[in-house]
Amino acid sequence: MGQLKESPSQTAGPYVHIGCVPNFAEVTGVYPADLGQVIARDEAAGQRITIKGRVIDGAGAPLLDAMIEVWHADANGVYASQEGADPHVAGFGRVAGDQDTGVFEITTIKPGSIGDEHAPHLSLWIVARGINTGLHTRMYFAGDPLNAVDPVLLAAGDRANTLIAHPDDGGDFVFDIHLQGPAETVFLDM
Amino acid sequence: MSNTPFAPRDRGWHPPAFHEPYRSTHLRAPQQKLLKMPQSASELSGPVFGHDLIGELDADLIHNFAASGEAAIGQRTIVHGRVLDENGRGVPNCLVEVWQANAGGRYRHKKEGYIAALDPNFGGCGRFITKEDGSYSFRTVKPGAYPWPNGPNDWRPAHIHFSLFGHAFAQRLITQMYFEGDPLIDLCPIVGSIPSREAVDRLIAPLDMEATVPMDARAYRFDIVLRGRDAALFEHEQEGM
Repeated sequence: MGQLKESPSQTAGPYVHIGCVPNFAEVTGVYPADLGQVIARDEAAGQRITIKGRVIDGAGAPLLDAMIEVWHADANGVYASQEGADPHVAGFGRVAGDQDTGVFEITTIKPGSIGDEHAPHLSLWIVARGINTGLHTRMYFAGDPLNAVDPVLLAAGDRANTLIAHPDDGGDFVFDIHLQGPAETVFLDM
Repeated sequence: MSNTPFAPRDRGWHPPAFHEPYRSTHLRAPQQKLLKMPQSASELSGPVFGHDLIGELDADLIHNFAASGEAAIGQRTIVHGRVLDENGRGVPNCLVEVWQANAGGRYRHKKEGYIAALDPNFGGCGRFITKEDGSYSFRTVKPGAYPWPNGPNDWRPAHIHFSLFGHAFAQRLITQMYFEGDPLIDLCPIVGSIPSREAVDRLIAPLDMEATVPMDARAYRFDIVLRGRDAALFEHEQEGM
């Protein structure tokens, strides 16, 4: 075991979109569609939700060059690569923020609990210029009763609120990710 | 799919979040310690991409953006190698995406500021899925070095970005491949964010004359290692939580 070391991470740089979502980056005609654009089809079971947010740097400015990946279970708490998963839920998504405002939008269904007292959540992975190793975090839903017993929220202690999305007046969830500062999001080493 | 947990990531081997000479890290490096947590299905599962995702020219950057009958300009290059895990096992069915500047060092991106010419026949992206033994190969042109706004006169060595999906979300990795013999490697603040020379060497692909195609393309060999599953190490970690 452990004869080899993992290849060292390097920043995705400012042009990650060329490689991962080339059509978004206006490199068109190579792939018919960018990967991860439909996380849950209309037929998917579960409550449809939209999450809006920004990734914010230590000076309070939104990142305009970030890419976020999403991975979540279906409404029954089953991941797409596991047996019995909802065939209409890919669970995987890629979103890039608006290139002027940095606002990203995730449209999907609310996942179910995956068991072991994990509250419903989305796993997120953030890369951008200046991020040397992609940052893992989770987004939870305000008001979910399982939040009180979720092992990650419990371990996050008084910073757990940085992992919770709150609905706005229109019912969309809002989730900003702070890279630094008093509201710095809890990032995970798993 | 095995649900054995992954060995913990050796954070001292990877670049730290904050690296003073790489200015972009100053406002973007988290300042709090990463939260250690047990792995759940969230981390142990991952999206699956099939070979049917890949188009005929996806692994040919010389032609995948070029007009019919034309080709990208530059030193024709084959990059090949294997994706392995830390236990030395090939990682099959791993989606790898690559992106790079053109032979002049310019990216096809509207925010790119370098004055080198765009090549109308070069897009700069490619992808492929590893075979049963973890092996892969793609064709491209060697990217050029380019200046970037960091210090007063910083140049990036020629490099190709690699994004890899293993078999789980915890294995997700983005790294960069450099070319053997490039004097800019040792001057680059991004390369310099990697703590040890041994680790840097892992990202430098040697010229592989055996895999060259005479009168066509040179070849470089680049092996990539993803996290490995390790039950024993994981149990030890959990005890310490």
